[in-house]
Amino acid sequence: MTAGLTLNKITSQRGVSIGEAARRIADLGWNPSYVQEAMTFPTDYKIGRQPKDPMKQVLRSYFPMQEEKDNRVYGALDAALRGDMFRNVEARWVEWMKLFLAIIPFPEISAARSMSMLARLAPGEELRTGFTMQMIDEFRHSTIQMNLKKWYMENYIDPAGFDITEAAFGKCYATTIGRQFGEGFLTGDAVTAANVYLQVVAETAFTNTLFVAMPSEAARNGDYALPTVFLSVQSDESRHIGNGHSLLMSILNDPDNHLLLERDLRYAFWQNHCIIDAAVGTLIEYGTTNRDKSKESYVELWHRWIYEDYYRTYMLPLEKYGIKVHHDDVAAAWDRLVKKNYHHKVAQFFSVGWPVNFWRIEAQTDKDFEWFEHKYPGWYAEFGDYWRWYGKKSVPGETPMLFDQENGYVYPHRCWSCMVPCLIREDFVVDEVDGKLYTYCSELCRWTHKVAFSAEYEGRSTPAMGRFSGRREWEECYHGWDLADCIKDLGFVRSDGKTLVPQPHLRFDDKEMWTLDHVRGNTIQSPLVLLRNMTPEQREKHIADYRAGFTIRPFQ
Amino acid sequence: MNAFTQEAIAQPPRSGAAGAAQFAGWDSRKYNYYKPKGRHATHYEDVTVDVQPDPKRYLLQDFIISFPDGTPTYSETWTAAKSSDWHQFRAVDEEWERTHYQRQSTICGMIGSVVENARRAGAPKRLDRTWVKVLEQYLGAYKHAEFGLGMATMHAQRYGYTQMINSAILTNSSYKLRFAQDLTLYLAELALDLPEINLDLGKQHWLENPAWQGTREAVEAINGTSDYLEKYFAVNLVFEPLVAELVRSGFFMQVAAAQGDFTTPTVISAAEGDYQRNLANTAELVHILSQDAEHGAHNRALFNRWLAEHGKRALAAARQLQPMWSLPHHKVAQFPEALNRALERIRSITGELGLELPAELKAA
Ligand SMILES: [Fe+2]
Ligand SMILES: [Fe+2]
Ligand SMILES: [Zn+2]
Repeated sequence: MTAGLTLNKITSQRGVSIGEAARRIADLGWNPSYVQEAMTFPTDYKIGRQPKDPMKQVLRSYFPMQEEKDNRVYGALDAALRGDMFRNVEARWVEWMKLFLAIIPFPEISAARSMSMLARLAPGEELRTGFTMQMIDEFRHSTIQMNLKKWYMENYIDPAGFDITEAAFGKCYATTIGRQFGEGFLTGDAVTAANVYLQVVAETAFTNTLFVAMPSEAARNGDYALPTVFLSVQSDESRHIGNGHSLLMSILNDPDNHLLLERDLRYAFWQNHCIIDAAVGTLIEYGTTNRDKSKESYVELWHRWIYEDYYRTYMLPLEKYGIKVHHDDVAAAWDRLVKKNYHHKVAQFFSVGWPVNFWRIEAQTDKDFEWFEHKYPGWYAEFGDYWRWYGKKSVPGETPMLFDQENGYVYPHRCWSCMVPCLIREDFVVDEVDGKLYTYCSELCRWTHKVAFSAEYEGRSTPAMGRFSGRREWEECYHGWDLADCIKDLGFVRSDGKTLVPQPHLRFDDKEMWTLDHVRGNTIQSPLVLLRNMTPEQREKHIADYRAGFTIRPFQ
Repeated sequence: MNAFTQEAIAQPPRSGAAGAAQFAGWDSRKYNYYKPKGRHATHYEDVTVDVQPDPKRYLLQDFIISFPDGTPTYSETWTAAKSSDWHQFRAVDEEWERTHYQRQSTICGMIGSVVENARRAGAPKRLDRTWVKVLEQYLGAYKHAEFGLGMATMHAQRYGYTQMINSAILTNSSYKLRFAQDLTLYLAELALDLPEINLDLGKQHWLENPAWQGTREAVEAINGTSDYLEKYFAVNLVFEPLVAELVRSGFFMQVAAAQGDFTTPTVISAAEGDYQRNLANTAELVHILSQDAEHGAHNRALFNRWLAEHGKRALAAARQLQPMWSLPHHKVAQFPEALNRALERIRSITGELGLELPAELKAA
């Protein structure tokens, strides 16, 4: 064969161009004249203008491309086993995957379900293929993640916690936070949920932290499987971000929508911050053994992805369409991360709660302290002694941290809105909604519950808006229970019927492991129930004390 | 600094691999929170079951967001059918992401090479001229019916009470929407070789040709119901056997070869394969609900009502399509036989499921 002549050049033939294909496909829909479509997804938005699909998406090229991506993922998993990945993986990291991978398949599949709503609401056909692909993508993400988790369960030293994964997801106080995220995609006002909360904020702003920061940290801990799966997942996100942006542009077009959009951008940004920063900040900084000082910290990543890429490049330009952008919210989130130690307090809380977790958390040690102090000056003064106490109390026979009086930690209230506890004590807010008392981690979370998720917004009726429901305070479900009975009810007991699934250490030895007997005799109490039962005077004092915070006793 | 450190008591195992140490639970290497359908859990079950939570199983705190009327994120009230255990259903085709992409991608590849080989061989130019008109107008119209079924199932996959149900409906939607696009692009490819084909005519026939109005009404009626299970039922147990298979197998697959057309049947055969899977899934779900110890009678009555309502429309739609059979030059198939086969098909499906066909369909 002469140079430059390939089989492809000889045999390739003309075919329908992508543009023409996309145009033809966009003509498949029609306006029904015999029976109108069932309108089952309420929204208070008006979508007058047809969204455009700049990506020109066609299924016949989509499926082979995705299959190819899959082949690479499954090939890499096989290669990881052949390369004996688990011999060198850091258990500290894999333990946290029990939590992370219990949560994430649900938000993924919720995103798939929510595409029904967008495909119906948006007029015109152009973007429907985009929504179809996103629906199938999210089905992919959910099942590929379930598969990854099964793979860890089969190959990692301690499968307990992976083996109960979806049951644990339904019961754990930490996974509730993830359910708030996932249910937020598909319940209530369809545009609020699926377009603004999911696409415009969760996917556009926060998926980098989820699906790029996590893989980098996994690799640093000898885990090559998670990066393969999650970078593959992330490669679908640009399509979803594109879908979201196109629909947003149609919505923006009608000034009547601006007030609602301002509300939803606030709610979605703040709640994504509360939930994702709590989760990913903790996972990548407390679930790692890598203390390379030259790597970016979570807040440095946040500045790049959330502040620069999202806030400055995506949100700010919305102002020229007349949308009020709340700069103060972005600043407040930043302050919570850098000045108020938000995710450090989350990690601390998760470790206090270890007996009711379904994964192991080991103590942070000197090597970790040094890194934290380097990245977050002042960290050691606030958290150093705490983690030393935690290490000491990791031995069976000690009082579990949840009930330990010696170290000085005070168990927090739960935020009724984002479901993360009210950890920044000075920001603690209490308010009444429909005559009932609730607690919040921040002013914006109070606003979300009381003002945003309501039948009316700034004098405008919002009949489609969702409501917060269910037994949102986890502690209330076990108020008055003995800790041992609670753990049994949660199902967080190993196959021997007595050893706990969670352990405050990574010692894989029965002699070192806590059993139900070690935790019995401690009664769980709901901070909210207690607060509601107080007299007004008691309550006022309690709130003032809570806001004043606590001090960890010097470790000796 | 204190003598006590975590390192002092930690004795990290040499390896993080399974079996590196033995302790309580070290060998618990199966998802243990659900009961597999067969003796062993399948991969499909492991990646599917319980991902959508249920307060009746493990959802301690209940759903935590609701619609303004108090309906939670997932509700059993989104269909009139009742079940004593929605979690019993498993998709017969056991599809999860990997198998789904593999199958869809294989079909895309197959259609792509059929079209390419036909073009290389100059096949489009040898097609019977009358037949080209049939493809342009009738296959061109029919693609919209498939699209309508795809949209109906896409809508329905939001509402099922379990992950197994919703994901079966989701893959159904994916198959239908792919096939609608297959037909669209197949005709567009043909038009590259046969410039006389007017690609806009299909939709015009769909909207205006009396032969298609019954079909369009049947599809719109499916999209018009807000009961997700009724949609799934009407698509696979009524419309597919009575109208879709009639058009696909009873007409295009049978008639094409005699008109010198060897490619159209290949394109369409993919949809016949898709339907076998969707039918098996739907039949399994309907079977479980019909046999439900508590709600079986209620469900059978409901299904019979759906069968009557959608069956009537589908039968009318099928009959209106009769003129299509007299269009081709070479008449190798007759409408009455094709319709009889469709009726036989729905009788056998509903017979298996113990459902009662309405009088029109029994006698037709
Ligand atoms: Fe996703
Ligand atoms: Fe996504
Ligand atoms: Zn909050």
